[in-house]
Amino acid sequence: MIDLLQYDFMQRALVAAFLVGLAAPAIGTFIVQRRLALLGDGIGHIALTGVALGFLTGTAPVLTAVLVAVLGAVAIELVRARGRTSGDVALALLFYGGIAGGVLLISLAPGGSNATLMSYLFGSISSVTAQDVLVIALLAVAVLLVVTVFGRELFVLCQDEEVARASGLPVRFLSLLIAVTAALTVVVAMRVVGLLLVSALMVIPVATGQQLTRGFRSTILLAMLFGTVATVGGLTSSFYVEAPPGALIVLVALGGFALALGLGRFVRRNRPQESRQ
Amino acid sequence: MRGGQVSLDRRPVLRGIDLTVRSGEVVAVLGANGSGKSTLVRALLGLIPLSGGSTLLYGRPPARFREWWRIGYVPQRLSVGGGVPATIREVVASGRISRQSRFRLTGAADAAATTRALEAVGLADRAGDPVQALSGGQQQRVLIARALAGEPDTFVMDEPTAGVDAASQQLLADTLTGLVDQGRTVVLVAHELGPLEPLITRAVVLQDGCVCHDGPPPKAVGAHALPGHDHVHPHAEERPAGTLDWRPTS
Repeated sequence: MIDLLQYDFMQRALVAAFLVGLAAPAIGTFIVQRRLALLGDGIGHIALTGVALGFLTGTAPVLTAVLVAVLGAVAIELVRARGRTSGDVALALLFYGGIAGGVLLISLAPGGSNATLMSYLFGSISSVTAQDVLVIALLAVAVLLVVTVFGRELFVLCQDEEVARASGLPVRFLSLLIAVTAALTVVVAMRVVGLLLVSALMVIPVATGQQLTRGFRSTILLAMLFGTVATVGGLTSSFYVEAPPGALIVLVALGGFALALGLGRFVRRNRPQESRQ
Repeated sequence: MRGGQVSLDRRPVLRGIDLTVRSGEVVAVLGANGSGKSTLVRALLGLIPLSGGSTLLYGRPPARFREWWRIGYVPQRLSVGGGVPATIREVVASGRISRQSRFRLTGAADAAATTRALEAVGLADRAGDPVQALSGGQQQRVLIARALAGEPDTFVMDEPTAGVDAASQQLLADTLTGLVDQGRTVVLVAHELGPLEPLITRAVVLQDGCVCHDGPPPKAVGAHALPGHDHVHPHAEERPAGTLDWRPTS
């Protein structure tokens, strides 16, 4: 661990990984509760068009990715709120459009090729600059602020939208807030695990946490703990075994889930009054 | 509230309903499956849009209504979300939401109201258990406790007795008796009244999206709810705007 910290790029990568591991499961818990586990994937696909747009126009890909991801998230939310039956098909159409748009735009960009997109699809945490870390930190703080300030309202909304409306909550605003926060999280996590694996950090730690917990608050806290363990653990091991960090992070998270699944079964078996109900 | 229309998927569900619930009333909305009972109470609160007519909550349309803490809505069933666990206490405490301000932490008054609500439905000793592990009747109790925690003036309950065991039904009746004694208004949708029957001061029977009975609770609900049942009641003429007011427009 000590030799690891001698490298500047590794220090920056670890900070970035830690922040993403904290922020992604925090908003992810609400998304999973809302049965939108694949929302992150959808936004990730759309963000690819944003990245390519950045290369095409010569602007920073992160900025265009934020812009397009937020627009895409708002579009997904509007489609979800409007249609009832055809919602998932409409989402799928947006996903495909995002990937196809990305590939098309990057081919139009000067000197761009699909290889340019690879680092965004699968992450490139070791090339994170000090400025990137700052942007990631700001976005992570924003995500955590949203969860802290609006947590109570989001809990009611994600539990039952009608009850939220009957409690006088601004349902449309809160729904868009979740979508936009998810979009920001996707772009933040893009550098760490890549767009294709972003959603894993929003979903797997939550799935792991809920094997072991009984309450919402404990789930979200445990998910954040698991998230940071997975990102920091995966990144550290990638340094030693020289494997792509994004893949290792997700595999560490999945390993944790498998462990928790077994442990959760064991815990529940020893909690007789619950299994009887 | 008085008279409006609702269509779901272009199929008319409510065909022009006039209904005013006055403060302190205990109204049972009765009727066969598919008669529009649930739709009526949800439209009443502005949870689903009207295709005709209008609804007023304490004299205001839902979009401009700000005193949502006055209303405690109990949905038909507890939706357990995407599998993220939540404890009984967390769900019940969320009933305080319309009384809380966004930037203030949950206070002692909130905690006390939550505890009272849990005690009222007999779940205080299980507050830390996940709601997912409860039976249907117990989940119904959690939903009622959530509404109780908000300390509203008016309770709107969608089938609080459906699929609920006898003990939970009796507990619901006892809880409602307490609320009625405090002068709270209750609107509840029911298929069968069971132990709630003595509490009801007014029954509204729906049939094919129209009110076919509005008045004192019928003794034999079954016969009244049957199609073709002829019932004529003298209705009070123009009433002052009540708790929930629904008027037809145009």
